[in-house]
Amino acid sequence: MYHDIIIIGAGVVGCAIARELSRYEADICVLEREEDVCCGASKANSAIIHAGYDALPGTLKAKFNVLGSQMMPRLAAELDIPFRPIGSLVVRTKDQPETLLEELLERGQKNGVPKLRILEQEELRRLEPNLAPDVVSALYAPTAAIVCPFHMTIAFAENACVNGAIFHLNTTVDRIEKAASGYDVHTDQGIFSGRVIINAAGVYADRFHNMVSADKLHITARRGEYQLFDKTAGNHVSHTIFQLPGKMGKGTLVTPTVHGNLLVGPTAEDTENKEGTNTTLEGLSSLAARASLSVVNLPMRQVITSFAGLRAHEDSGDFIIGEVSDAPGFIDVAGIESPGLSSAPAIGAEVAGLAAELLSLKKKQDFVSTRTGICRPSELSLEQRNDLIRKQPAYGNIVCRCEMVSEGEIIDAIHRPLGARSLDGVKRRVRAGMGRCQGGFCSPRVMEILAREVPMDMLAVTKSGGRSGIVCGYNKEL
Amino acid sequence: MENYDLIVIGGGPAGLAAAAAARENGVENILVLERDKEPGGILNQCIHNGFGLHTFQEELTGPEYAARFIEKVEKLDIPYLLNTMVMDITEDKIVTAMNREKGMFQLSAKAIILAMGCRERSRGALNIPGYRPAGIFSAGTAQRLVNMEGYMPGKEVVILGSGDIGLIMARRLTLEGAKVKVVAELMPYSGGLKRNIVQCLNDFDIPLKLSHTVVDIDGKDRVKSVTIAEVDADGKPIPGTEESYCCDTLLLSCGLIPENELSKNAGVALNPVTSGPIVNDALETSVEGIFACGNVLHVHDLVDYVTEEASNAGRHAAAYILKGAATDTRRISITPADGVRYTVPSCIRPGHMEETLTVRFRVGAIYKNSSIVTCFDGEPVNRRRRPVMAPGEMESIVLERKTLEKYPDLKEITIRIE
Ligand SMILES: Cc1cc2nc3c(=O)[nH]c(=O)nc-3n(C[C@H](O)[C@H](O)[C@H](O)COP(=O)(O)OP(=O)(O)OC[C@H]3O[C@@H](n4cnc5c(N)ncnc54)[C@H](O)[C@@H]3O)c2cc1C
Ligand SMILES: Cc1cc2nc3c(=O)[nH]c(=O)nc-3n(C[C@H](O)[C@H](O)[C@H](O)COP(=O)(O)OP(=O)(O)OC[C@H]3O[C@@H](n4cnc5c(N)ncnc54)[C@H](O)[C@@H]3O)c2cc1C
Repeated sequence: MYHDIIIIGAGVVGCAIARELSRYEADICVLEREEDVCCGASKANSAIIHAGYDALPGTLKAKFNVLGSQMMPRLAAELDIPFRPIGSLVVRTKDQPETLLEELLERGQKNGVPKLRILEQEELRRLEPNLAPDVVSALYAPTAAIVCPFHMTIAFAENACVNGAIFHLNTTVDRIEKAASGYDVHTDQGIFSGRVIINAAGVYADRFHNMVSADKLHITARRGEYQLFDKTAGNHVSHTIFQLPGKMGKGTLVTPTVHGNLLVGPTAEDTENKEGTNTTLEGLSSLAARASLSVVNLPMRQVITSFAGLRAHEDSGDFIIGEVSDAPGFIDVAGIESPGLSSAPAIGAEVAGLAAELLSLKKKQDFVSTRTGICRPSELSLEQRNDLIRKQPAYGNIVCRCEMVSEGEIIDAIHRPLGARSLDGVKRRVRAGMGRCQGGFCSPRVMEILAREVPMDMLAVTKSGGRSGIVCGYNKEL
Repeated sequence: MENYDLIVIGGGPAGLAAAAAARENGVENILVLERDKEPGGILNQCIHNGFGLHTFQEELTGPEYAARFIEKVEKLDIPYLLNTMVMDITEDKIVTAMNREKGMFQLSAKAIILAMGCRERSRGALNIPGYRPAGIFSAGTAQRLVNMEGYMPGKEVVILGSGDIGLIMARRLTLEGAKVKVVAELMPYSGGLKRNIVQCLNDFDIPLKLSHTVVDIDGKDRVKSVTIAEVDADGKPIPGTEESYCCDTLLLSCGLIPENELSKNAGVALNPVTSGPIVNDALETSVEGIFACGNVLHVHDLVDYVTEEASNAGRHAAAYILKGAATDTRRISITPADGVRYTVPSCIRPGHMEETLTVRFRVGAIYKNSSIVTCFDGEPVNRRRRPVMAPGEMESIVLERKTLEKYPDLKEITIRIE
């Protein structure tokens, strides 16, 4: 199989690049080992579009973060991505020097972050009544936002797909070899040859880089654990609350999510295991104490789930983006740890530009720049909703009682481009199983819908592809 | 908007019995709303024996027990809508519901009975660390898969929690050919009924490990193993006591949570101990004309009690609809004290109460040879000895109207264990 451009990895970065590249006349393919897009770090993070004051001026992190954050409002409208610019607060407690916030403010201004300002007690308490008593002031960044990372990644992927990019899911890259023109990418599904290779493999990007370059990279997986709270706790804070780095490391954030839950995390722990997305007893039990440094009265009984993601930390500490000097046609997009989600739109544009230049690509005339997400009946008026149900009665059948997701939405999630093929795929697209009962009620029903619509046997329905089957046989068959 | 005298939310045993009682007490215009494809609630998946010993003096299966009430409701000509999800209830008793045929619609009612049942506590709520593979089920979900859909969730099973559903499923899965390796229970006692421990675990040589919990789940795609450890008196795992079990399935039977999201929308006050509404002797919630019964009010282990409670709710709702709200404003509160976790109801209207009132409650630990002491304004007035009381089994006392009439100034009744 021959392609102009092969992208390895369908996380938010790979998909953003694919979407930007699909503006060009080119034959693009994306290789992803999982059964769906958005299965790596892109599905397990804080979901913040950072304002951009964190990274040191002059770094790629600073540059792409600020650019990405500027691009997001328009992109969210264009691609129908749930996005809310709620602003963030970095809070300072009375034992921390004032200079820390001032340095952060200055750094932000150097990076080009607009509208930063320091808030004192009174205004701060008015904005956030649940801040810890020791909090005395905060850096306010009104351009910080929250986003749905699944929808963001899926939106990029769907739009790329509609514009001709081909996604090979369930395709694991084993090795890459230099070929006469370009590279041969060996996978468990055969060899893919490409003139340009884009390495967006997350925590594994060092592995692929090191196959083609003498100048080695080294990526460490740094685990971050979270607890997610019921929607009844969703208003506990109304901004993203960060802590200044302190005694307990980089600090734990407390934030509402775009869907109305409350998220607390992450921890930070280096692990040798690049598959180590497990949560730990120590990690989970430390979160409440860490968070209480900035936010009090967290309703710990309202936790509905916990999860962990792996940051791809490269030894240099910065993003590595560009053509590898001793491997022409091989573009690294490596070490994309936080603020990778925020930077993805800008990285996408940059890397697409690079590849287009290498291959002298021409822009398409018929690029479709917009995408409409899955219909969200809960946002319709009563009449609109009933119109929809009259046309498609499946929208009148609620399948997930916690999130009030209808069968119609699930059917749409399955049948759209790069549609869901597993319970998790459905969950990320329409939130069935994402609520307080965590799929206890709806999983058997979603399984039935998947089996009918895909179609497939009930025994073949999985949680997340591969060998994650849910039921193992029929009664009395064992 | 269509108007009803009474709308019942949920067509499980509670909703059906409540609707029937309301009709028998003179309410004409009743509607039952049920989200599932058939009435009967959770009973439809409980195909084991053991229902109805109190109500019918015979041992029925869950579906058989439900069938008796479905028949009754049909005989009484009470309409119900199936496949209909109630999405909202307001304080002024407007019910918003949705189904395929009618779309989203609103109804109004003079009175509402909440009978939505409960849901199971999920892995997330239990904060169990580890990976998040396939093969982790709440016991009730597994029960539905096995008993209603005909699928086996796995072959080698570990069960966390000794609640009744977990115990029943241990037996069920064993009979279906799976190997249940162990049941781990966080508490030093089982949360289930004694008879279930004997009939579902002991009879099949399934070990029950008390004071144990799951500390790790391994497996990226599907559960590969589950590690359990002993816990100390505070429920914290004791390092060094970890034991790993190879298995492909973990069932969770760690408690039920009354499903009160709708009640909250209507402004109904909840008891943080039960997660169910706070009710008076008429099973009326803090919102006038909204009543509650069954598992939505507090978790029951025996459906017979659900039926009894629901009939009371139906009768009281009928009185409210036909005779109007209570006029006498005097109240006596019922307060749980030493050893008692909660009571239902939590207050009495002495001017309106019936001849007798059953107060149900649960104890917080195992008590042997202890007494249930009832106090009126601090003075013990009754003491009943019980050989054994356990958190898994509901207890009750009966208060008589004629007794209370002798205490015209009574403010508070407390119940404690001694
Ligand atoms: C705990 C945590 C919190 C974070 N919080 C934020 C935040 O609030 N804001 C923010 O901006 N950023 C945040 N980030 C960073 C952000 O999540 C990442 O930078 C971003 O998701 C990286 O996207 P990616 O596409 O590079 O990686 P991934 O999403 O990991 O995608 C890489 C893909 O490559 C695939 N792949 C790997 N190996 C192979 C192979 N051999 N063959 C085929 N495919 C392969 C993987 O399956 C995966 O899908 C956070 C990250 C973590 C872990
Ligand atoms: C697994 C299990 C085993 C049991 N074993 C026994 C036993 O052996 N013996 C015994 O006596 N008792 C047993 N019980 C107890 C008894 O069955 C329950 O206490 C009883 O079923 C509770 O009745 P309910 O009507 O309150 O709740 P449910 O039966 O749960 O009914 C609630 C109904 O409300 C509906 N509903 C909820 N929300 C909505 C909404 N928004 N819109 C529309 N409809 C809604 C639900 O679909 C459901 O049908 C068992 C219970 C369980 C769960």
